[in-house]
Amino acid sequence: MHSVTIFRVVAVAIALSATTVASAETATDFLRSYETAAKQNAAGFTGFSPQRGETFFKTTHGREWSCASCHTPNPTVAGAHAKTDKPIAPLAPAANAERFTRPDKVEKWFKRNCNDVLGRACTAQEQGDVLAYLMSLKK
Amino acid sequence: MKIPMRFGLLVFLTAGVSWAGGALAGDHFYTATDQTWKAECGSCHLAYPPQLLPASSWRELMSGLNKHFGTDASLDPQTAAGITTFLEKNAGRDRSSSRTPTLRITETRWFVHEHDEVPDRVWKNPKVKSPANCTACHVDGDKGDFSEHHIRIPK
Repeated sequence: MHSVTIFRVVAVAIALSATTVASAETATDFLRSYETAAKQNAAGFTGFSPQRGETFFKTTHGREWSCASCHTPNPTVAGAHAKTDKPIAPLAPAANAERFTRPDKVEKWFKRNCNDVLGRACTAQEQGDVLAYLMSLKK
Repeated sequence: MKIPMRFGLLVFLTAGVSWAGGALAGDHFYTATDQTWKAECGSCHLAYPPQLLPASSWRELMSGLNKHFGTDASLDPQTAAGITTFLEKNAGRDRSSSRTPTLRITETRWFVHEHDEVPDRVWKNPKVKSPANCTACHVDGDKGDFSEHHIRIPK
């Protein structure tokens, strides 16, 4: 749980230092906004877990695909669309600096992919867990 | 117009041998482009040239992006509207007699005709994977070049 603590410390530090953040521009910003949402959704929120995120990422959820079906079980390398084979750039921020920098893109893809993988929207807890997992990966 | 003429000559010279079957039905270079179309439609598959479906098909397809051939490809309304305008403007002729618009390019008579000499083993090759994967064989398909010169069937 050590890395979770680090994430929370970083998130709190940013929350204290930033007066106004117009839009999330780093993975940590996104993590912070998921934390805010998760706290609102569930009173018993205890932080994000990279381990839980990894399990979520690699397993199917009652449908054909998991996140790993396209992003591969190793998000630091390029993946390919499960149906069309179109290459997909690495998802982990350490391997691809463009990931988790644009709120519109992040929102668009979570919406689409959660629908494809789960048949519903992801919760802030799930989004935060997955992002904590992705941020824990080194290139 | 240099390239289509050369292509026409090639068709004439190699008739019956090559893929030339439907080549004269239209040129195989698609130049219409749009940044948003390319970025959005091209993120999961090749941004298929608008000429490959009639406007009615594109309208129908763009109105159901949340259920796009089994996946959610939804876009914000403004982006979707801009892409639809581009697709309509550059759409192909409606060659179908059906009243329901064809949504799959691979089901159009044009596509079937153009690919009627492609053996089954090519479609089943894991490197091709799906007829939606144009660039498996049309190596410059992402630049709109579907000419016969630039076909490489993977082994």
